[in-house]
Amino acid sequence: MPEPSTAAVRSAPSGVIHDIGYQRYEGPRLGRRHVFGALYLHGLRTAFGFGRSVKAKIFPWLVVGIVTLVAVALAAIRSQIGEPVATYAQFADSMSWLVIFFVAVAAPELVSRDLRSGVLPLYFSRPLPRGDYALAKLLALVTALWLLLGGPQLVMFLGAAFTTKDGIRGVWNELLDLLPGLLYAGLWAVVFASVGLLVASLTGKRAFAAGGVVAVFLMTTPIVGTLSILPSRTANELAGLASPPTLVRGTGIWALGDLLVERDQAGLSIGGFGPVYALAAVLLVAGATALLLARYRKVASS
Amino acid sequence: MTLIATQSLTKTYGGRVTALADLTVAVEPGIIGLVGANGAGKSTLIKILLGLIAPTGGQVSVLGIDPTVDPAAVRARVGYMPEHDCLPPDLSAAELVTHLGRMSGLPRTAARERASEALRHVGLYEERYRPVGGYSTGMKQRVKLAQALVHDPDLLLLDEPTNGLDPAGRDAMLALVHRIGTEFGISVLVCSHLLGEVERICDTLVAIDGGRLLRADRIDAMTTATDVLAVEVSEGTEELAARLAALDLPVARDGRLLLVPLADDGTYDLILGAVADLDLPLHRLDQRRHRVAELFATRELTHA
Repeated sequence: MPEPSTAAVRSAPSGVIHDIGYQRYEGPRLGRRHVFGALYLHGLRTAFGFGRSVKAKIFPWLVVGIVTLVAVALAAIRSQIGEPVATYAQFADSMSWLVIFFVAVAAPELVSRDLRSGVLPLYFSRPLPRGDYALAKLLALVTALWLLLGGPQLVMFLGAAFTTKDGIRGVWNELLDLLPGLLYAGLWAVVFASVGLLVASLTGKRAFAAGGVVAVFLMTTPIVGTLSILPSRTANELAGLASPPTLVRGTGIWALGDLLVERDQAGLSIGGFGPVYALAAVLLVAGATALLLARYRKVASS
Repeated sequence: MTLIATQSLTKTYGGRVTALADLTVAVEPGIIGLVGANGAGKSTLIKILLGLIAPTGGQVSVLGIDPTVDPAAVRARVGYMPEHDCLPPDLSAAELVTHLGRMSGLPRTAARERASEALRHVGLYEERYRPVGGYSTGMKQRVKLAQALVHDPDLLLLDEPTNGLDPAGRDAMLALVHRIGTEFGISVLVCSHLLGEVERICDTLVAIDGGRLLRADRIDAMTTATDVLAVEVSEGTEELAARLAALDLPVARDGRLLLVPLADDGTYDLILGAVADLDLPLHRLDQRRHRVAELFATRELTHA
């Protein structure tokens, strides 16, 4: 172990070291809101690999690159043929696989890493309430996912707005299309972040956490498939509840209607159960958040 | 002001395992050594002081605040250094301590400044920009100490700060803790299962065993009362013992040694006078400080 004296001697030639001794801190101490904000921003940066190693940046930015590229391509095609290829909501929908993989990388990065390194006692011995830790991380992941989908939607909007032939009215119409799309992206973000973070918070091993997240989102798909071919119309129409991606899509179909699906398009059929889907989505998010908070209550006192 | 006070503090886990039993203790600011064997309840006490777990019964106050009522107020003024590994290997010490400073409510620039100050005080300089994963155990312990200091607490809770260190590292860490307690004006509670270690640096010693208080007192009160003079003569030990007894000195035999409680400087003169009168060859006469451990010897505390 390097002794302080040797280290001081080593750095001495670059300048004279004045040991001014320990100084008490008299400055401001910020309250809970600021600490929460700092943790939230730190989490948001972490989700995209900022302040982390180059390795941690590769995957998030690969996903960001792909979704942006798709958005640019869609905007370019639209400007050529003058017809939208996909609505904003449909874009968010078709990117769902990438969102899942993004969650599988970002959620373990946000919570599993802290569990593994044992750094949590250092957080919980500080003033911030333990629920704040979990909520700040959740909010950071929600924001990251929303930016992941909303950013490219904005690209599509700009592409459409600059090539519209109807002047300011065309831009306004486009904006009215964009806003529901952004809301739908928000729904994706909230559902996937809450479930993904809960799964990741159960283990300190990042590989397990990532696998768990993917499993929860993908392994439930066969259930939907099975239910949707049962010889019961009700079972078919409620099948989407069994898996988070179809749950989100069902809620979207109910709320957005033809912004998401063409009228005569085949696919997920929810019948008159739209409100059930919406309620299920709310319950899923609330339940996952409550379990996440309970999980950290346990972690903090152990 | 009382630094830490507990009143009949009890903690049982699941109604069966007793971690703390009816612990009543009050300590003044300074460096406090909390000693006890592994499993004596030291870590449980620290977690209660931080408000991380609630006691099953009894009262507790830290810096005059009840951590069961207002844990945030306690934690704002307390720095905690856990026993176990708690550093993310891929962050640098500077990044980690700055981040944790912000978590304690320091504004961005203040957090950065105080982080490098804290790291400097624990003896980390250029290496603070390297990832913690490559640090030696001694350096990691210093980072753990720095993060507890970054927000300028009034009280540090150090859980086994010398764990895993080699003898030189232990000495350096203890010297650092002593410096924090004396020069920085910050009270320190040092937990250790090694009595011989903490007794060197603390003013107050609290010994617990099986969740019960063995003894709590200022360390000078524990030692001065037990200072003795050890006298050894090459021959005529019996005669000297008789002579000293005749001088009203309570003499005890310990092998070839005669042990005489040191009342004041006059005791030296009496012994030297007696030796000279009997014309005995004096082999040695020295003051023997009772190790604090001997105060607990019957309770079989772990001792280095």
